[in-house]
Amino acid sequence: MTELPLIGGAPVAVEPHLLGAKIGVVTFPGTLDDRDAARAVRLAGGTAVALWHADTHLADVDAVVIPGGFSYGDYLRAGAISRFAPLMSRIIDAANSDAKLPVLGICNGFQILTESHLLPGSMIKNDHLKFLCRDQVLRVENNKTLWTSDYEAGEEITVPLKNQDGQYIADDKTLDALEAEGRVVFRYVGWNPNGSRRDIAGISNAAGNVVGLMPHPEHAVEPGFGPESNAGTDGLGFFTSVLNKIVGGAQ
Amino acid sequence: MPRIVVDVMPKPEILDPQGKAIVGALPRLGFTSFSAVRQGKRFELTVDGEVTDAILAQAREAAETLLSNPVIEDVVNVEVVEA
Repeated sequence: MTELPLIGGAPVAVEPHLLGAKIGVVTFPGTLDDRDAARAVRLAGGTAVALWHADTHLADVDAVVIPGGFSYGDYLRAGAISRFAPLMSRIIDAANSDAKLPVLGICNGFQILTESHLLPGSMIKNDHLKFLCRDQVLRVENNKTLWTSDYEAGEEITVPLKNQDGQYIADDKTLDALEAEGRVVFRYVGWNPNGSRRDIAGISNAAGNVVGLMPHPEHAVEPGFGPESNAGTDGLGFFTSVLNKIVGGAQ
Repeated sequence: MPRIVVDVMPKPEILDPQGKAIVGALPRLGFTSFSAVRQGKRFELTVDGEVTDAILAQAREAAETLLSNPVIEDVVNVEVVEA
């Protein structure tokens, strides 16, 4: 991937020891946020590796981000066609393996993870039927996952939310299990923007290596270009969490 | 050429936001007899030649794996329609 584009200031957190951690960012036809996700990885201090949906290997990356957008135009169902891309088979195997590859799905990436059955439930259209774009407050309900360890439990963060099919649904049995196992990772605070069951904004798998959420942490990583609250960099913790875990685990 | 028609509907227990919007629009056009609308999807799979049992089984499998998401949808009908 290319160097940092010439907008914004210098990288927020350059820690040379993190540069060895490689995070793959997957691009499907119709993906929009791959460049921002790769930039977020670099601003957090890691090395971003471009992955293409038709690839048949994971290029030895230490973690994978499946970014947002409209892969395959959201045709059929959001994420339904991407789920069967060759690279997704590799990602599903690696996420379920003993190595527990860390995987983060953002927005359309979250939809792809539910279609892949890496995460339970599904997304349907927002209850008000409108495309929504706003800064959204979330509460970090679980800071024990590989992607949330740099946050405090119960910390409230503000990141952009932008989607039309953002209403998280699952049956009550699944929702009860998610709550009981601490797998509700993020909840909407102040207002439920789309009718999601139990205000759920993001969840994890049982092992905590796979996390999906509808809001966009990769758009809140750089002072002056994110939400106005705090420094606008509340999303950076996703990427520093996984980088620190990768580097720490390698020592 | 024969086609296999697959009908997919949102599960009954899932509120269908699109259907809800449609039922709200109907009375504004004077259609006042309908108390609920649910919107589904119809797929038409064209087959070059005869629809064998094996091809029909493939269509059923495709309906369950790709054409529908069993978390939110049911395959309510798979049938062969001659052109």
